[in-house]
Amino acid sequence: MKDFARLFTTLDQTTRTTVKVAAMAEFFQTAQDADKLWCVALFSGRRPRRVITTTRLREWAAERAGVPLWLFEESYPVVGDLAETIALVLPPPTTETDKPLSHWIGELQRLSKLDEDARKAGILAAWDSLDRTERFLFTKLLTGGFRIGVSQKLMTRALAQATGQDDAALTHKLMGSWTPETTSWAALIEAHDPRADLSRPYPFYLAYQLEDRDALGPPSDWFIDRKWDGIRAQLVLRGGEHHLWSRGEELMTDRFPELGRLVDFLPPGTVIDGELLAWRDGPLPFNALQKRIGRKSVPKKLLAEVPVVLMAYDLLEQDGRDIREKPLTDRRAQLETLVADLPPEVPLRLSPEVTGDSWNALARIRAASRDHNAEGLMLKRRSSPYLAGRKKGDWWKWKVDPLTVDAVMIYAQAGHGRRANLFTDFTFAVRDGDGFTPFTKAYSGLTDAEFREITRWVRKNTLQRFGPVRQVPPELVFEIAFEGIQESPRHKSGIALRFPRMARWRHDKPLAEINTLSDLHEMLAQHG
Amino acid sequence: MSGVLTFTDAGIYCPAGDFWIDPWRPVPRALITHGHADHARAGMGRYMATEAAAPVIRHRLGDSIALQTTTYGAQTRIGDATVSFHPAGHVPGSAQIRVETGGEVWVVSGDYKTVDDGLSEPFEPVACHNFITECTFGLPVFNWTPQEVLADQINSWWRDNAAAGRFSLLGAYSLGKAQRLLRLVDPEIAPILTHGAIENTNAVLRSQGIALPHTELVTPEIDLTSRTGALVLAPPSALGSAWARRFKPQSSGFASGWMALRGVRRRRAADRGFIVSDHADWTGLNDAIRATGAERVFVTHGYTGPFRRWLADQGYDAHVVSTEYDGESLDGGEDE
Repeated sequence: MKDFARLFTTLDQTTRTTVKVAAMAEFFQTAQDADKLWCVALFSGRRPRRVITTTRLREWAAERAGVPLWLFEESYPVVGDLAETIALVLPPPTTETDKPLSHWIGELQRLSKLDEDARKAGILAAWDSLDRTERFLFTKLLTGGFRIGVSQKLMTRALAQATGQDDAALTHKLMGSWTPETTSWAALIEAHDPRADLSRPYPFYLAYQLEDRDALGPPSDWFIDRKWDGIRAQLVLRGGEHHLWSRGEELMTDRFPELGRLVDFLPPGTVIDGELLAWRDGPLPFNALQKRIGRKSVPKKLLAEVPVVLMAYDLLEQDGRDIREKPLTDRRAQLETLVADLPPEVPLRLSPEVTGDSWNALARIRAASRDHNAEGLMLKRRSSPYLAGRKKGDWWKWKVDPLTVDAVMIYAQAGHGRRANLFTDFTFAVRDGDGFTPFTKAYSGLTDAEFREITRWVRKNTLQRFGPVRQVPPELVFEIAFEGIQESPRHKSGIALRFPRMARWRHDKPLAEINTLSDLHEMLAQHG
Repeated sequence: MSGVLTFTDAGIYCPAGDFWIDPWRPVPRALITHGHADHARAGMGRYMATEAAAPVIRHRLGDSIALQTTTYGAQTRIGDATVSFHPAGHVPGSAQIRVETGGEVWVVSGDYKTVDDGLSEPFEPVACHNFITECTFGLPVFNWTPQEVLADQINSWWRDNAAAGRFSLLGAYSLGKAQRLLRLVDPEIAPILTHGAIENTNAVLRSQGIALPHTELVTPEIDLTSRTGALVLAPPSALGSAWARRFKPQSSGFASGWMALRGVRRRRAADRGFIVSDHADWTGLNDAIRATGAERVFVTHGYTGPFRRWLADQGYDAHVVSTEYDGESLDGGEDE
């Protein structure tokens, strides 16, 4: 664990990517295989099964530290991370050991088979033999959520450096549903056959928001379609099976069983990039799809109520061949051929091309995106290959301008992690007669300096505390931007926003001029 | 509740002696625990502080202030009150102020820490009935790094940077923290450069006989090429400023008790955070309060709510008092 703790400390103590990559590459060259594999797993969002509830961890840590549980709970929001809070309150260790990372993960698995008293004894013993950093990491393993300022991309770069393999090839190897229990370092990283796993998707190609329209050249160089407002997905058809992946590399196959029919209509060795949409004679608003999200299995009634289709954007694999290097025009032509003869009841649609003579004409089409339940347009250079990850140049998203309202802050709450101790989570209200009605929360969009200034203001102007939440006088006015507005009987305001964030702090806007609840309902009538 | 000391809009007041302690509004007579800006403010009729704290207070508030000095432990009669100053271990010259009338003893801690920092007069517990304490770091997650480990951390960071030809830019409060660090670091590694705000305080402390290693003021004319690898001490507000950007290449560090929290460390966007505070940590606060033997405790600034409840759980008659002290603030605080 000491080498892993040292790696973590180096990663944590620098903001330079070269230093981070070098430290990880060194670990990948020196640690034992099981540890390397776990390191890759943890840094790519995989974690050991949780063996103990955080409630028990809090109780045991408080007990060991000799403080009452309520005081532990008071400290947690200040620290902003449960594992760190535990590492900080525990008394110094009384013994010292240096067992490898994989040993501690094995220890967790061993404990999971024991009764609670034995688990407690095991965890207390572990805490008592680890120093503060090791303890933090060990507890992170217990609580999950191993976000430590290293992206999977950076980790893959280090892996490429350490193994001499190609970055993209490694990215592909790391996708899919493997865990350190189901594979080995040799099989996952060193083996040369990446097709071992039939389900394995390709890395998604992601676009940046368009920066400079004038730099695009003539519209005819670009293939343009809508940016549909659903769930980006990749459908993998191989060996008579189908797998559906989300952009977050989550397997969604069982949640959308209707797509299973495609196995009968499309040849094996087909991989399609597209957007899952709730669909009835056309796309339904995103909140219809929301009913299908987060359900592991789908009752028949819901299947009938909210049917789903895959709106196809691109073809990545044809007849088992990776065609991502071909120009978009070719891939698109093949996709069209593939989809052309499908009967209408098959849940696959082709995302239609949008055409316009000039960028101004296209801008008008874009402005009407909400009428089509779309978020804007996608611009893809006709000659572009299908790249991996977020890249600039060939693909751009050209989103419709957000909707905005001016609102006043009425509650503030401190953030977590990097934002612990800083008030960053706010509740906003609009005018409603003589009073104010809360309608949304927002957490992002301001600079650190602005958050610091607001934090000072909140500390000085707290009216009332409700646990971690502080009520403040309605004085600070912000422009809230959002992508959509929906009816919501669960909220007092009767509406819910999609992707709300703070566009700016309106120092110039008097409270008397902020928007009203009837403004919001007008927006709902127009865009909901 | 007897009123040896009472809490007013202007600060902590002693009716028997008609004086205030660390007031935040202009009053005729102010007893000052130490020279940080949230405790020693301008505009008081008369001041009283320790001899060791006086030079900095004069430097900050002006030579024209009416300042009476005293030595640690010496008793002074003010009206019907007997007053004495006792080491608080916070910064050089810092004091707890003991006030006694009619056999009842109150102590105002000001800011304090219980570990010996090698610079300030070490903290001495003072027995009392009523103790007014800070609790800037009054949660059990705050437990400071031992001073010798800290020295190792800072020196090896500086040494690695110097070997790689980088400046080590270290942010620390200009009164107390900066000088404490100066006495911790190994001056053999490379030259030590200072920001004006720190060098001014260095000059004041040196003139009162406090030994500090050789430092050089950063001036617009200074030749930085001959000083690569130097340690550059600056107030926190100077880090990330245009002033700080001239030191290239550099590694930046920040010395504060808040650096115990990873979230704060990352938000500061400094390369390193060193856990150094001139305030007591959790153990320090609890030890100090126990050592006074006080039955009643007032908590002034910091995590007052939870700390009061904790003290009440321990059997103290504990109260929160609202003041305008900042302590070691996340965003400015005692140094501003």
